[in-house]
Formats: sequence, structure tokens, C-alpha cells
Amino acid sequence: MNATSPLYGMLAEFDDVDRLVEAAGRTRDAGYRKTDAYAPFPVHGLAEALGMKRTAMPLVILLGGILGGLAGYSLQYWVSVIENPWNVGGRPLHSWPAFIPVTFETTVLGASLAGVLGMLALNGLPTPHHPLFAVPQFERASRDGFFLFIRATDPKFDPVAVRQFLQDLHPREVIDVPQT
Amino acid sequence: MSTLQENPPPSSRRGPIIDPDYNFGSVTDKISSIVLTPGTHMGWWLGFGASFLLVMVMLWSIAVLFARGIGVWGLNVPVGWAFDITNFVWWIGIGHAGTLISAILLLLRQDWRTSINRFAEAMTLFAVSCALLYPLLHLGRPSYFYFLIPYPATHGVWPQFRSPLIWDFFAVGTYGTVSLLFWYVGLIPDLATLRDRARNRYAAIIYGILAMGWRNSARHWMRYQKAYLLLAGLATPLVVSVHTIVSFDFAAGIVPGWHVTIFPPYFVAGAIYSGFAMVLTLAIPLRAAYGLQGLVTERHLDNMAKVMLTAGLVVAYGYLMEAFMSWYSGNVFEQYVMLNRLQGPYRYTYWALLICNIIIPQLLWSRAVRSSPIALFILSLIINVGMWLERFVIIAVSLHRDFLPSSWDMYTPTFWEWSLYIGTIGLFLSLLFLFIRLLPMISIFEVRELLVEEAHRESE
Repeated sequence: MNATSPLYGMLAEFDDVDRLVEAAGRTRDAGYRKTDAYAPFPVHGLAEALGMKRTAMPLVILLGGILGGLAGYSLQYWVSVIENPWNVGGRPLHSWPAFIPVTFETTVLGASLAGVLGMLALNGLPTPHHPLFAVPQFERASRDGFFLFIRATDPKFDPVAVRQFLQDLHPREVIDVPQT
Repeated sequence: MSTLQENPPPSSRRGPIIDPDYNFGSVTDKISSIVLTPGTHMGWWLGFGASFLLVMVMLWSIAVLFARGIGVWGLNVPVGWAFDITNFVWWIGIGHAGTLISAILLLLRQDWRTSINRFAEAMTLFAVSCALLYPLLHLGRPSYFYFLIPYPATHGVWPQFRSPLIWDFFAVGTYGTVSLLFWYVGLIPDLATLRDRARNRYAAIIYGILAMGWRNSARHWMRYQKAYLLLAGLATPLVVSVHTIVSFDFAAGIVPGWHVTIFPPYFVAGAIYSGFAMVLTLAIPLRAAYGLQGLVTERHLDNMAKVMLTAGLVVAYGYLMEAFMSWYSGNVFEQYVMLNRLQGPYRYTYWALLICNIIIPQLLWSRAVRSSPIALFILSLIINVGMWLERFVIIAVSLHRDFLPSSWDMYTPTFWEWSLYIGTIGLFLSLLFLFIRLLPMISIFEVRELLVEEAHRESE
């Protein structure tokens, strides 16, 4: 680390996924909160080990679906009953059973759009630039690398203590991540 | 050790779903190298070139259609729908297997889906693109297709929401959008893998933009998985609704042979049947050309063949019910539809359909047939033809002899109908060729996950 680039955080690489999960749990127990872990596939229990209890995704998708369904039904009601009342064979203008298919489709559309856009928004994507991308070893995170990260803004962060803590978890290597 | 040999785990008894020699690094390299290796194989250029030539045929057919109008097709007064809607339903049906594999099999925890879901989803997207062309092109005035969209127009006319045709517009539009979202979300982590592997700077930048800065964070993965699972849960009823609504286009009409309640489930089963046939048609040559036998194993082919056999039996039940109901209805017009299919001027299409969809696929009961890629490939082509004939029989053959004999007429497809159809096959194949060269055709991160699951299964 040099004076021109302050530390963004510290990264430790582990040999396999089980060690990473164990290390994540110990990091949480040691009181670190601004942490993350990186693995080339979704690891069951890894985010939980870091202290992430639940996500807002189901709620976002539910709200998207409700909004889509309401929008679809009210559109049809407004068009068929208020704006353009058109008598077809004496059928009632508010033929609700005929409005169900479109309502179903707009519900699914609303929920899916909310799911995808919500997932991206909650994950803070797109993020074209990130200090971790400057770490040469980090490209293994999309191949066979397992990383644990503690951010410098963590209240308990102290470069010497964190390095010692990470070393005690028996990683392959501990890497300083400069702020870029 | 001896107990292991006496009681092998289920996966090894039925053949592995992934070659056990693969590890995280080697599957990543194997799949990403297909995309990232510079220089394109001659076979790819030949295949893409031939398909692209057919795209030109398609554009030519569309140009002629736009310049001279629907009259260049063989449609007439009783037969107002023929090749156009037959091909629309055929393409949409093919698309359905992609969603079935990626969504329904995900929810059912069928982990063998992992190595086939990506290109099955791509197939869905491309098939839906081909399907969407037809409703636009079959309009007498295709430039006014946007009248289907409910928007406050100055002419004050709105779509009629009590018509199945407008339901279809919403169903297919939603299906296309959701398929694209589902496919793209599935691709994001793999695009990040390609970004990290790419040695070419432009490739790295393009994949980097598409990956949107994905960095495999555990917190991101958690939201990602939740969203992906819920999307699968949404796509499952969606796919059933789409073909149900497509069948309403017919079932809500009064044409004899259309006005039947069996249509929705029968159409959905037919869609699964034809879609799985198309997945096999594409997967068998692809795995041979790119050496993917360790990822798309014989077990996959066997499983797909079994799904196809089951869907085929449901379709057979649909044919049986159609015939039974036409007799049982006691309605002379409904009864005549069946007689006309069996003995009328288009009887060869109905008999060919029964042979292609019901009789020949019974070979799938044999394990030897299911384990032979060549036999499965030929069978899948036969089923594709059979399912096309089914839609032709339902649409054109039902229409050509309706209630009044004085209005009966014959329908013969013209050159421009054939050329447009063959052209859409070219569009479908061109998009697929581009896809397998530019994007990972197997989901890399899901295969890595599968390796972990397989390792756990072995250690148990």
C-alpha cells in the first residue's frame, strides 16, 4: 500500500468452498459487518454466514405482480366500460371472465420486470467499475477462486489486526485491495 | 468399497449427468473456450452461411408479400388461415420446451436440466421471434399492427378485450419479454466469466458491459437465486397460459373441429412434445460438433426421450378425445370433420400425422432407441414434422369444409408460403449459430454448482 492509494479493503483467497463458508462464519463472529464473499457459483449458506438474513426480493416481486394485475384489469375495465363501450351481441360491458387472461399476463409481466429490475437495483448493478476488478487474482472468482473480503470502512477495521485475523483463517493468500 | 458396489448411487446406475473428470476450472475452460477461441471453424461458417441465405429468402418473401399483398398466398374464403397460423402455432409450441426445461424442471429439482437449459432457453427466444413474425405478416395491412396495443389513439378505437386474439397478443408479448429476461438473468454470471477469461480487449469490454459489473458476491448470489427461482415460478404458469390462450384462438370459434374443450391441455402437451423434439434435433448435432458428450450425456438424451414419450401419449389421448367427441356430440358437422380428416381430400396429412406423432414414437419405449443419438435425432425430426401436420390439420383441414357445402374450397400453399416458412427456419438457425459462437451455450455457473452437488452425493 502506498500513500496515493488508500486501502479499500482486504481480500483472502481460500482453497475450497467449505473453508470459505467456515471463514465467513468466523468473520461474522469476530464482529466484522462490512464483509462480502466471492465464489464462482451460489453457495448455500454463505450469505447467511456473513449475517445476511433475508432479501427483499419476494416482496418486490409480489408488489410488482399486484401492480401489474391491477394495471391490467383497470385498463380493460376503463377501455371496455368507460372509454369505448361497445355492445357485442348484448354481452355485458364489464365481462369480467373475459378480462382474466390479460390480467393474468400483466400480473406475470409486472412481477417478472420487478424481479429482474429489483434484483439489479438491490445488487447495485450495473457497476462498471469496482476496486476488486483491479486485483489480478480476483478473476478466479469466476472460475475456481473462493474469496473473503473485509472492507476498510468497517468500524472494526484495522489493517494490522485484519491481516492477522485473515491469516489465522489459513487462506491461500491475503491481498490488500487499494482504492482505485 | 464392497457396499458401494452392491448399492451404487442412483446417478451412477443410470449413467452420470456430468463426466466425473470435470472440475471447476476445466468446465469453465471447456465451455468458455467455445466462445473465446479466436478463429471460427469452417463448419460454423458453412452452417451459418446456409442459414443466412435462407434469411435472405425470408426477407425476399416478406418484400413480395408487402408489395403485392396477401393474395400471393393461397388463402381463400373458407380457408382464411393456413400456413401463416400453422407456422405461428408450430413455432410457439417449439418455444415451450425451453421454458419447461429451464423453469419447471428447476422447480422440480431435476438437476440434469443444468447442461441443456441455456440453449433450450435460447431456442425458446428464437422460436418466439419466428412465431411473432406470422401474426404481423398475416394482417392484410401489417403497417397497422400497432392497433393491437391499447393506446389513446386519435381515432378513438380501442382493442376488444373480449376477443381471444387480443389475449393472444398479451400472452405472446409477455411470453417473449419474460423469456428474454429469464435468459438474460441466467447469462449474467456467465458473461462475467467470459469478461474475466477474454484475452481480446474488445471482447472483454463487450462482455463486461453485458455482465453489468457482476462480481460473484455472495450477497448478490443470494438475491440472484431468489429472483431466479421466483421467475421460474412465474414462468411455469405463464408457459401453460400461453398455449392455452393460443388454443382459445380456435376453441372460442364455432368452426367444427375447433369448438372443443380438450384444446387447452391438448395444445400444451403438443407444445411440450414438439419442443422436446426440437431440443433433441439441436442438441444431438451440437454435442457431437463441440465434443460436449461429457456435459450433455446419454442420460440427458434418455430423460428427454422419456418426457417426449409421455407428452406424445397425452397428445394421442387428445386425438382420441377429438374423435370420440365428434361422434358423441351427435352433431352432423362435428362428425363430418372427423370423416373428412380420415377420408377427405387432405386425408394423407391426417394419416401422416398419426404415423409421425403416435405410431413411430412408440419406438421410444425401447432402451436401445433411447440410448442411440442417431435414432433419437431421426425420431425428433419425424415428430417435428408430425406436430407441424397436426396444426395444419386443425387449421386448414377444419376450415376448408365448414357448414355449407356451397362454400367449400380447396387450399394449396403457394411458393411464397413455402419460401417464407423455410426462411423462418433459416432465421431460427442463423440466430442459433450466432448464439453458440458468441455466448456460452451451457450455463457455466450452474454446472459448477452441479459439480459440488455431485461431490456431496458421492461422499454420502
